[in-house]
Amino acid sequence: MNTLLAQSINLFAVVLLVLAFAMIAQRRILTLIHLFTLQGAALAAATLIVGYLTGQHHLYFSGVLTFVLKVVLIPILLHRVIDRLNVRWDVETLFNIPTTMLIGIVLVIFAFNLAAPIAGLSASVARGTLGIALACVLLSFLMMIVRAKAVPQVIGFLSMENGLFFAATAATSGMPMIVELGIAFDVLVGILILGVFMFQIREQFDSLDIRHLEKLKED
Amino acid sequence: MSIVGLFAQLLAVILALALAPLLTGWVNQWRAWLQNRRAPGLLQPYCVLHKLFNKESVVAEHASPIFRVAPYIMFGCMALACGIAPTLSTDLPLAPAADAIALVGLFALARVFISLAAMDIGTSFGTLGARREMLIGFLAEPALLMVLFSASLITQSTSLAMIVETLAHQPFAIYPSLAVAGVAFTMVSLAENARVPVDNPATHLELTMIHEALILEYSGRHLALVEWAASLKLFAYSCIGLALFVPWGVAEAGTPLAILFAIPMLVVKLAVGGVLLALIETINAKMRLFRVPEFLATAFLLAVIALLVHVLLGA
Repeated sequence: MNTLLAQSINLFAVVLLVLAFAMIAQRRILTLIHLFTLQGAALAAATLIVGYLTGQHHLYFSGVLTFVLKVVLIPILLHRVIDRLNVRWDVETLFNIPTTMLIGIVLVIFAFNLAAPIAGLSASVARGTLGIALACVLLSFLMMIVRAKAVPQVIGFLSMENGLFFAATAATSGMPMIVELGIAFDVLVGILILGVFMFQIREQFDSLDIRHLEKLKED
Repeated sequence: MSIVGLFAQLLAVILALALAPLLTGWVNQWRAWLQNRRAPGLLQPYCVLHKLFNKESVVAEHASPIFRVAPYIMFGCMALACGIAPTLSTDLPLAPAADAIALVGLFALARVFISLAAMDIGTSFGTLGARREMLIGFLAEPALLMVLFSASLITQSTSLAMIVETLAHQPFAIYPSLAVAGVAFTMVSLAENARVPVDNPATHLELTMIHEALILEYSGRHLALVEWAASLKLFAYSCIGLALFVPWGVAEAGTPLAILFAIPMLVVKLAVGGVLLALIETINAKMRLFRVPEFLATAFLLAVIALLVHVLLGA
């Protein structure tokens, strides 16, 4: 039973990775939010399983916290934001998705290579997944780079936080509770501020395209 | 090579030939039900085959021999593929003849000949269909190979029979790499079997058709063979998928009675797979032709991720 659970951590890690890839390839904002919700659910499940296997009960709290925050609260906030910005059905034009995904594969190989020696030092139950967590962080980073609109960028930022959180769980069996709580509230406050920020961008430029921000002065 | 193995091999091929149209009929029936239509009978594909075999075969005046032999080659390739895939038993005399890579080659051979035959007549539809078929083929093949490789890495063998034997007869374990490869394989088989997100087998709309454009010039027994081969291809793909991802219930070497148990297992697995296929086809819309490369690139990348994950996690 415990071996199966340990293997299912790997499975959830791979689900996280595949969802990060799916986010890179996704054009619709609404589907992007659904994917983010799924990623949060996979993360919560992985955290709970690590908590059960290592007997560290504070991981239960952080698993439940992840679920409440990333599966319920933040998706609701994002849905409200895209409703009020009226971008619910927006489809973003992206440059060449296969190329982006090829870059993503290179990032994954880089992350796996980088993490392999570190994972050898760790004694954690899910040490093999450190490379996957690193790959998730890099892929979300890539997503923030290639996206031009504000909402997908925010989702990329949140997905990067998912990757970091998973790295912490996988490599060190979780951070101290107070740090986790702090990060959780930081993310929540961050999404609120970014929400306000998005409205400001729209008001100023009549669009959510952040390339408008590159100009420093009015011509 | 044992008598039992020979028997199992013969039984597998005969079962494939007999059951393939039934699988197509089953998928069509479920598709109709899920779309709130009245379904054609389960045996409709057999009736179509019977009708076509009794009809006269009309061949264009300028057709070269390729046009005449292509249906036979296609049918032969698909029947052989069904023989190689371990459907009932892993003790197959044909299995050493071709491993997973040669199997992909068999599918490619059939594709090349049917495309040549389509261009042979010189109609614009045939050429159009051949070009689209090749576009899909060259993108789907590497993805399929990668899927097969990730299963081979786990079992240290490219022979399908060996893969099934290793996977089925060991304590149950979760392989994340196989889970990802399974998704990739589903996407590839949808594209290869002309199923809905990529092609619609039920329409003759010239803007979108791929498989139908290829075989537009065939009639009579040639068309019957092509249709039967298409059913066999779906059957072969389903069997490969079942062998890689749900390998339980296939008989081992030296257990003749297990073959009797393997037949109902196979039928149940195929029935469930058919319903899932109909479900996928119902909830997806057909995509634009130029989105197909993106779809297949995603399948390829998923398969590559499966390989990488196997290297990282060793599972």
